[in-house]
Amino acid sequence: MFARFIPMTTQVPGDALVSLNAVNKHYGQLHVLKDINMNVRKGEVVVVIGPSGSGKSTLCRAINRLETIDTGEISIDGKKLPEEGKELARLRADVGMVFQSFNLFAHKTILENVTLGPIKVKGLSKAEADKEAMALLDRVGVGHQAPKLPAQLSGGQQQRVAIARALAMKPKVMLFDEPTSALDPEMINEVLDVMIQLAKEGMTMVVVTHEMGFARKAADRVVFMADGQIVEDATPEEFFTNPQSNRAKDFLSKLLTH
Amino acid sequence: MDVIIENLPLYWEGFLRTLFLSVVSGVIALAVGTLLAAARVSPIAALRGFSMAYVEVVRNTPLTIAFFFSAIVLPRLGVTFQQFEVAAIIALSAYTAAFVAEAVRSGVNSVPLGQAEAARSIGMKFSQVLSLIVLPQAVRSVVPPLINIMIALVKNSSVAGAFFVLELFGYGRQLANANGDQVLMVLIGVAFFYLLITVPLGIVASTVERKVAIAR
Repeated sequence: MFARFIPMTTQVPGDALVSLNAVNKHYGQLHVLKDINMNVRKGEVVVVIGPSGSGKSTLCRAINRLETIDTGEISIDGKKLPEEGKELARLRADVGMVFQSFNLFAHKTILENVTLGPIKVKGLSKAEADKEAMALLDRVGVGHQAPKLPAQLSGGQQQRVAIARALAMKPKVMLFDEPTSALDPEMINEVLDVMIQLAKEGMTMVVVTHEMGFARKAADRVVFMADGQIVEDATPEEFFTNPQSNRAKDFLSKLLTH
Repeated sequence: MDVIIENLPLYWEGFLRTLFLSVVSGVIALAVGTLLAAARVSPIAALRGFSMAYVEVVRNTPLTIAFFFSAIVLPRLGVTFQQFEVAAIIALSAYTAAFVAEAVRSGVNSVPLGQAEAARSIGMKFSQVLSLIVLPQAVRSVVPPLINIMIALVKNSSVAGAFFVLELFGYGRQLANANGDQVLMVLIGVAFFYLLITVPLGIVASTVERKVAIAR
């Protein structure tokens, strides 16, 4: 395990777009993140998997400080995550986030959902933002839904809008927190297809998911978490064919028996 | 009945003063209450604490105490007013703001937290999250309770009559003293003019409620 762990963490630090250094977090007594060290290079797709309660969602949310951490350091593109305030807002604009429950703005149309950030945060003109947003919506295949409200769309369509909304900010890195877990099976693929396309285009991505197919197809690295720790960090090929730890073997065997 | 008709100008005067007190205090209370609610959900702990303490103290003490404070204690502390109306407006808006804050806060809580997180994650500042995402959606569920609060405010303004402010209830008391034999009619007249303000408010409330029901 360590043999393959070491090359990953000894990469050139300047190369890391997202860097977590000795990160710890507790929920009361529960130690949810235990001394997490992780680097994500530019253009890399890292898939985080693990049993529920392993801390993988918390890890993902900590990267744009939707969760605070107790100790340690998280940096994005060399800049340390600041405390609450303007500085943090600016940094968050560079980190796209896609949630399990889509979280589209219910009172805004699909188009407005995508243009709100560029207009209000980046100061784009409405015409400019509309144009870019339509291009993004077409790209994720929901352009014809632009004037509708989120509630009028299917889950899969809503999630693709959420991806477009995040992309509209032209983020340096995209975080996906179980993006397909709330979707019906037939809608999962339409979202995964968009994500795979994104990965191919060179977007830096951290994806928390249970979709092993996606991990095999699109991931550069698989990070396996259990009980708040990173247990394995390997290429998908290595991880799925030859897991090193018992914890990972156990996890994979349970997946395969279904 | 004669006593009402004979004193119609006095009633009208009182009605306008009550309306004035209610509208001015209502507007201030809405603004202050919304700020208190924003403070209550802000990321700054000191603001949250202040807002919570204010709301709990003011909401749980009688309105008369608020009036005593602004009409008697504030002047002693060097805050003096030319007219008691100002004291009444301070007391009424300070008191009502606490209730507004609670109503707005419950409306804010009715908006799923995930939307606020999504707004933060595209780089919005706290004030933008609140004004662009949370409050516009909170309004739907907040308007009916807010109108109840405004109706209570209109009625509460009668307390000002006891603090040398002439408004509807104050004039009513004068009339009742002057016409000891027709107190019932005098008070029915007073009640009628209160209803003139509060009933339309109630109608607005039910209209809004219907509209919101359709929007959902």
